[in-house]
Amino acid sequence: MSYIILYALLGVGLFVLGLYALIIHAHLLRKILAINVMGTGVFLVLVALAARHQDAPPDPVPHAMVITGIVVAVSATALALILMLKVYAATGKTELHDGKPD
Amino acid sequence: MTGDLLGIPWAVLLILLPLIGGLACFLLPSLSKSLGLLCALAILVAVGGLGWQLAENGAQRYAIGGWGAPLGIDLYADGLSLLMLVMAALVGLGVSVYSSAYFNGDKARHFWPLWLFLWAALNALFLSADIFNLYVTLELLGLAAVALVALAGGADALNAAMRYLLVSLLGSLFYLLGVALIYHGFGSVDIAILAQRIEPSPAAWSAVGLMSAGLLLKTALFPMHFWLPAAHASAPAPVSALLSALVVKAPFYILLRLWLEIFSPTGAAPGQLLGQLLGLLGAAAVLWGGIQALRQTRLKLLIAYSTVAQLGYLFLAFPLGTSIAWKGVFYLLLSHALAKAAMFMAAGNILYFCGHDRITDLDGVAQRLPLTLAAFSLAGVSIMGLPPSGGFVAKWLLLETALRSGQWWWAAILILGGLLAAAYIFQVIGHAFTQADAPAETGLVPARMEWTAVMFAFAAILLGFFATDAFELIGIGAPTSGVSGG
Repeated sequence: MSYIILYALLGVGLFVLGLYALIIHAHLLRKILAINVMGTGVFLVLVALAARHQDAPPDPVPHAMVITGIVVAVSATALALILMLKVYAATGKTELHDGKPD
Repeated sequence: MTGDLLGIPWAVLLILLPLIGGLACFLLPSLSKSLGLLCALAILVAVGGLGWQLAENGAQRYAIGGWGAPLGIDLYADGLSLLMLVMAALVGLGVSVYSSAYFNGDKARHFWPLWLFLWAALNALFLSADIFNLYVTLELLGLAAVALVALAGGADALNAAMRYLLVSLLGSLFYLLGVALIYHGFGSVDIAILAQRIEPSPAAWSAVGLMSAGLLLKTALFPMHFWLPAAHASAPAPVSALLSALVVKAPFYILLRLWLEIFSPTGAAPGQLLGQLLGLLGAAAVLWGGIQALRQTRLKLLIAYSTVAQLGYLFLAFPLGTSIAWKGVFYLLLSHALAKAAMFMAAGNILYFCGHDRITDLDGVAQRLPLTLAAFSLAGVSIMGLPPSGGFVAKWLLLETALRSGQWWWAAILILGGLLAAAYIFQVIGHAFTQADAPAETGLVPARMEWTAVMFAFAAILLGFFATDAFELIGIGAPTSGVSGG
């Protein structure tokens, strides 16, 4: 097995791990971290698969995509964090309440 | 002169106008209302320009900065993009007029930049020619939409916004993983290039699965609709109108593009299976959304569940798969956008006037807000799918295809869904017509807010009369050329 596939599978593993954490943890900060781990997994897949052959130079396009993706992830995380603080200020909880409004 | 006007890159203007407008509103908050309205009008003109360009020259492709695909970013406009852009421009203008009366002070200062950024993301999404650019615009759209939901303040809205953000990010990541696999397998993200290169393979099918899962989550197809009612119901009224009319349609548009141009023409067996599955989930959404809407005690939640049901109809075309069924879906996109915008605006007026939206306490609304109730009822006609509304034309096309292809069970779902819609809409109207004890007071709701709701409801009805012209426009660039006719 080439190291390209190894890295790609590692990325998929991170994605699945993040998804699992997102589902089972109630604390919002953990959920936000889980989303970030998932994102990192996707970026790892993109970067790993950019090298089509072990010896050839890697394709630069996925690298550009990852940079764009990181910018998006940072802004999304910033929004998520401030929203979390607002939720905490309004409800005193760091979890989402389950029921419908009222 | 006409040559000069035809040469203007209207597609680029459609993205730049709201972007610059949003920045200007952010920098000059005192002028944000007039700037926002001006921007909305300018966008309508630009959409007109693009439509004219398309009618004269057919589908347009524009390479940003002169760098074409595969290296640069391409914009592409055909009849389907035009339909979505027209929809966004019409709803956008109406929502801008409505919001200029609805939001004041601090809220207005936050609303206008966010709304124009959201509009820029929407227009960019409808014009994107590659699947990675679609990811970026989808994220921008999601972030702006979440911030707008949170604008309502209060525990419920913040909770709904947080859940909406998490769901939105999760959906995007699934989509992006699919993009990674597609790029690895076929060496391009350009939709037109992919359409030629794609072949059925395990990698392609896992990519299809991942991208579809992400997009379905964002389109809130049953059973992944859990986040939608709270988010759409707790947002401020004009934002609810935007979310239900435009924002949920964006991921559906991407799904449609991928399906029509990349996945469907390969015609492999798993595609047929996926189509049937989407149809089944759509049918479940129609029924479940309708039943839940009937059970709601709050008007805005009822309308939000109605959106869940109406989104279900969009997926009934996947198992049918003919170009007539797709036409029905295109028409439903437009008519639902207009009707649902009218409904949420009407609900906003009622909330503004009564201070609550409990359905059982709506007595006397018919006397006090006759225009608003007229808007709600007319929009209801289109949602139920009664003639001569736009909703009727759309559902008729779907019904006809279902019966002609012998798949009568989809027709049964269409009729059941219409009955459920009639039940929940008449429930509201019935309560609103109940006589109230208190004397009527009028003039509390700004006239602009009542009239925009009425205009939208009328437009949704009138849409039924212009079906043939609309289909001619949508046909530019033949977005459904990949599927069988008849």
